[in-house]
Amino acid sequence: MMTHLDELESRSIHILREAYARIDRLMVLWSLGKDSNVLIWLLRKAFFGHVPIPAVHVDTGKKFPEMYAFREHYKTEWNIRLVTGDCPPVEEIDPSLPPAARSAARKTAGLKRLIEREGYNGIIAGIRRDEEGLRAKERVFSPRAASGEWDFRDQPPEFWDLFSAEPAPGCQMRVHPLLHWTELDIWRYIERENIPLVDLYFARDGKRYRSLGDQDITSPISSNASTVAEIIAELQTTKIAERSGRAMDHESEDAFERLRADGYM
Amino acid sequence: MADQSLLNVVFVGHVDHGKSTVIGRLLGDLNALPDGKLEAVKAMCDRRGMPFEWAFLLDAFQAERDQGITIDTARIFFATNRRRYAIIDAPGHKEFLRNMVTGASGADAAVLIVDAQEGVAEQTRRHALILNLIGIRQVILVVNKMDLVGYAGDRFAAIVEEAESRLLSLGFDRSRLTAIPVAARNGDGIVAAGDNMPWYQGPTLIEALDGLDEKTAPVGLPLRLPVEDIYKFDDRRIIAGKVEAGRLSVGDELLFTPSGHHARIAAIEGWPEAGGERAEAGQSVGLQLDDDIFVERGEVASLPGTPPVLADRFRARLFWLSDISLTVGRRLQLMIGTASLAVRVVSIDAVLSSEDLSRDEDREDAVRHDVVEASFETVRPIALDAFEDCPATGRFILQDQYRVVAGGVVLRDGLTDRRGGAGVKSRNITRVIHSVPTEDRWRMNGHRSGVVWLTGLSGSGKSTLAIALEEALFRKGWQAYVLDGDNIRYGLSGDLGFSPEDRAENIRRVGEVSSLMARAGQIVITAFISPYRSDRDRARSILPDGFHEVFVDTSLAECERRDPKGLYAKARAGEIRDFTGIDAPYEAPETPELRLVTDGREVEENLRELLRYIERQFAL
Repeated sequence: MMTHLDELESRSIHILREAYARIDRLMVLWSLGKDSNVLIWLLRKAFFGHVPIPAVHVDTGKKFPEMYAFREHYKTEWNIRLVTGDCPPVEEIDPSLPPAARSAARKTAGLKRLIEREGYNGIIAGIRRDEEGLRAKERVFSPRAASGEWDFRDQPPEFWDLFSAEPAPGCQMRVHPLLHWTELDIWRYIERENIPLVDLYFARDGKRYRSLGDQDITSPISSNASTVAEIIAELQTTKIAERSGRAMDHESEDAFERLRADGYM
Repeated sequence: MADQSLLNVVFVGHVDHGKSTVIGRLLGDLNALPDGKLEAVKAMCDRRGMPFEWAFLLDAFQAERDQGITIDTARIFFATNRRRYAIIDAPGHKEFLRNMVTGASGADAAVLIVDAQEGVAEQTRRHALILNLIGIRQVILVVNKMDLVGYAGDRFAAIVEEAESRLLSLGFDRSRLTAIPVAARNGDGIVAAGDNMPWYQGPTLIEALDGLDEKTAPVGLPLRLPVEDIYKFDDRRIIAGKVEAGRLSVGDELLFTPSGHHARIAAIEGWPEAGGERAEAGQSVGLQLDDDIFVERGEVASLPGTPPVLADRFRARLFWLSDISLTVGRRLQLMIGTASLAVRVVSIDAVLSSEDLSRDEDREDAVRHDVVEASFETVRPIALDAFEDCPATGRFILQDQYRVVAGGVVLRDGLTDRRGGAGVKSRNITRVIHSVPTEDRWRMNGHRSGVVWLTGLSGSGKSTLAIALEEALFRKGWQAYVLDGDNIRYGLSGDLGFSPEDRAENIRRVGEVSSLMARAGQIVITAFISPYRSDRDRARSILPDGFHEVFVDTSLAECERRDPKGLYAKARAGEIRDFTGIDAPYEAPETPELRLVTDGREVEENLRELLRYIERQFAL
């Protein structure tokens, strides 16, 4: 008898295998956060211990030192083909965006550059529907124009798990194998599979990070949860949003929407 | 405490029948709202001097886009003492149906909201029709706004009777329908029953939700494992796929359809631990076989005694979503299981009316948002099941140029198995599996191989283009060879004339020869009038993945003006019979891979366009 986590895992593996079979020049975004580590874990499950596609880290240069150390360690341990790309300075970014969103938009610009450089047609990203309103409207296979722009008002239908996976010529496909997971599912899976994480998620001196972004635009929450089990217990009672520590989500009503429409993950 | 399981419920209803009010009230009464949300909306109403409405809650979520809170307009999560729920609510804008289909595809059940005053409306019926097509079997019928009909039991009974008769005629099962009278504005029948309807003894909405069954994987059905891929990351050769139905164990003999190959399961692979001895419906697995048989993506593995149907024709009920209408003869890309191949519409059998669910059998086309029954012909036999026998291998999507234009289900009626039937006459032929894979030949040659099939009227410029293309590719260092009407008819087809039968046989031979040469690594360029669509489709079916139909589209007037061999003049004079375009038909391709409109263009210009296409398609 399959459990809820078994079902989530199996569906994600199916999505990953469909993407791998049907999209040339496919890569996975490895942000070093909990969701993208789950994604790498699922790739290794889907491909029997191998990560057969490059893992891309778009480096803003402003991540926590713990995150860089984590990357270097697990790159080797998990035998990952790591591709990194840097981001343009903030001065080159649309000045009409609010400050934190403008800072976050550097990542989108860096990603676009890297996609162009490497000629990727498919991008696997670990976003989830429960993260925020706009992501809930996403598809599992989400076609984008070559420039990465997303028109969330005009999206293709998805029937069952029969995906329209191949990108049209000149377009990209974004693939979202964790779309149907919730934050709690992610933590329960991390607990079950014993997936390694950056320490910043675990409380020290009454603070921990619930979501990891750039150092300057991410703030910790008050928490005493210092183990995965304690985090799960905490999440079951909270009514506070996961991304509440991400400054750019809250600057103005449409800041996140503008970021996403432009290709932000 | 709620357990981990999650029940997905799609909420649908006609505009203004109170869907947002029902959802808002449900969340409010369950205390499932984020802190302060209800108070904020109430304060907003006070400020504006209007009465509070529960629907404003959802509107507020949308307006504020409520970033980060686990509530939004497309997925709303909440929990009862029994389990967790995700409400799927598609906003009612122009893309409503696409979003509804997407959300409902993963739903365990549906809540259908009907206004007690207005009763079942057109949209309610259309939604029910689509939910049924998608395979939703559990429905809660919420008759809302009971307060506006004085909480009258007879009004409720009348609406339920009408709605049930519609739903039952669609094929829903009465035992899986629940009807509930509700006044969402006052909270009657949502979480608490209230005092206004003492005549009603049934469940409230929340009780009915808790009474729904979770969708279970069909472990009791015959085994179906559509092959997703074959992996050779290390010394293991692993057949990967998701078990869609039934069970399998190490040692079981598998039959692969359509290839017909057999092998036993040697091991179930897994990571980090091995995969164990058994697997069942719902699991994504990897298998090692005891024999290195040829298996490819798109095949379906089953137990030998209970195989899927091998079909090259089927009837289906589908939901059409394209602005371009569905007509007989249209060529589309079918995806079923993991197989993807071209199909042609053979007939439009009926369009179902959402007004009264009657069948209109006289329509010749289906338009956007129609639910339609149609018959299809595939370019080669494939494995499938009737939807009612095995949902996962009986449902499909249709694509047109990378866009999904329909989703549908295979009907049992008229489905026949081609196993052991026509096709290969000698049953003792076993295909030799080459030890040099075609892909290795590609790497050696530096390009892919395949067939570039030029079709067009006599004098359209096919041969000129073919020869020029061959030369251009040769200069690039690519392996290319032209098969031309004249050089084939002097030898291989020297025994054939120009009757439709002989033309068909000629094209069949050319198709087979082209396919062999393509497998040997060549880019084969054929230049034949090939006037009949069915003949070209048959040639395509021999090498479906490497076949490129190029329509050299030159008008009859222009061909006749050129008349390089003086044949049009002879045909007009009656000296030649069965001449294509004069007294024999030319069936132009409907969806060729490339169409070259040559009138008024130089040969060089056409050649450049063709060459660019070839370079794009055949590059490694």
